[in-house]
Amino acid sequence: MELTDRETWTVLHGLVFGTAFLLAFGGGLAGLWSLRPGFLTAAGIRERMRRLYVGTWLMAAVAWATVTSGTWIVYPWYRAKLAAQGAEDFAGCAGAVLPSGTCSPRDFLLSNASGNTHLWHEFGMEWKEHISWAAPLLATAAAFLVSYYGPRLIARPWLRAVTIVMFVGAFGAAVVGGAFGAFLNKVAPII
Amino acid sequence: MSGMREVTNHHDAERAPELAELHLREKPDGPGAAAMVAAGIGIFVLGLMTVLSEASVPIHDFLERLAFGRGVGPLAGKTIIAVAAWAASWAILGAAWRRKDGNIRGWFAVGLVLGILGALGTFPPFFLLFGE
Repeated sequence: MELTDRETWTVLHGLVFGTAFLLAFGGGLAGLWSLRPGFLTAAGIRERMRRLYVGTWLMAAVAWATVTSGTWIVYPWYRAKLAAQGAEDFAGCAGAVLPSGTCSPRDFLLSNASGNTHLWHEFGMEWKEHISWAAPLLATAAAFLVSYYGPRLIARPWLRAVTIVMFVGAFGAAVVGGAFGAFLNKVAPII
Repeated sequence: MSGMREVTNHHDAERAPELAELHLREKPDGPGAAAMVAAGIGIFVLGLMTVLSEASVPIHDFLERLAFGRGVGPLAGKTIIAVAAWAASWAILGAAWRRKDGNIRGWFAVGLVLGILGALGTFPPFFLLFGE
């Protein structure tokens, strides 16, 4: 059992960071949701806030790690132009059922060599590669709001709601990236 | 117009008596508003760069040059510029508003509108409308 360098980075980018992001999101959302007047004692607030600070900053850090590794390490392998020969853009993908050394995942999807696949790139990958970058911006802003206001969020329901909106917005952007990433890796894996 | 004023008392311990025991000091809303607006600016610039890259070959090529030969394509430039705009706007607004209070709901609305417009700009059926 072994993984190539590319498989290792794909697993780190999608599975390891993605799982950590999900865990941090679940914990952070539960913590934020329960920051309400009358729910906690002063000692409980101190204990809860420590976990919330760690969880929200962990989610932001993982979001940054995911988008930077995805964009600068994994994405160039996906989008390499390997299939062009002479005037034919996708000659290297002729008869292919999966990407190969002469047919990158992007080439493979756009070539329609194995069914009608071009929209996986033109819609799925194009949306994923862009919107995913909203996740670290929103997650960092939400983590800052939690750290800056701290227990004061208990007394300010509107501010707590806004922090949750930004937190969930970060998650939503990551879901688009993660879901299309999982599908794309099934249809056209990086080899 | 910054819409910001000097720090006011938020009466947190009156709304949530359990906070009194924590002896929290007053904090202005300016830094919070700066974080909200900066996030909106970052996402808006990301969407704007995505649309401009589609609409203009010279801009597309400029954004691609920021990949420094790593094969990332124009996505490199789009994200570098968006993150730079986010960080710079947060630093500037945060410094300007660090001791100010103000209409944080209004500034959140500004950030929200910018964020929605930016997200629209990253949506393929929208930005492909601008393709040459």
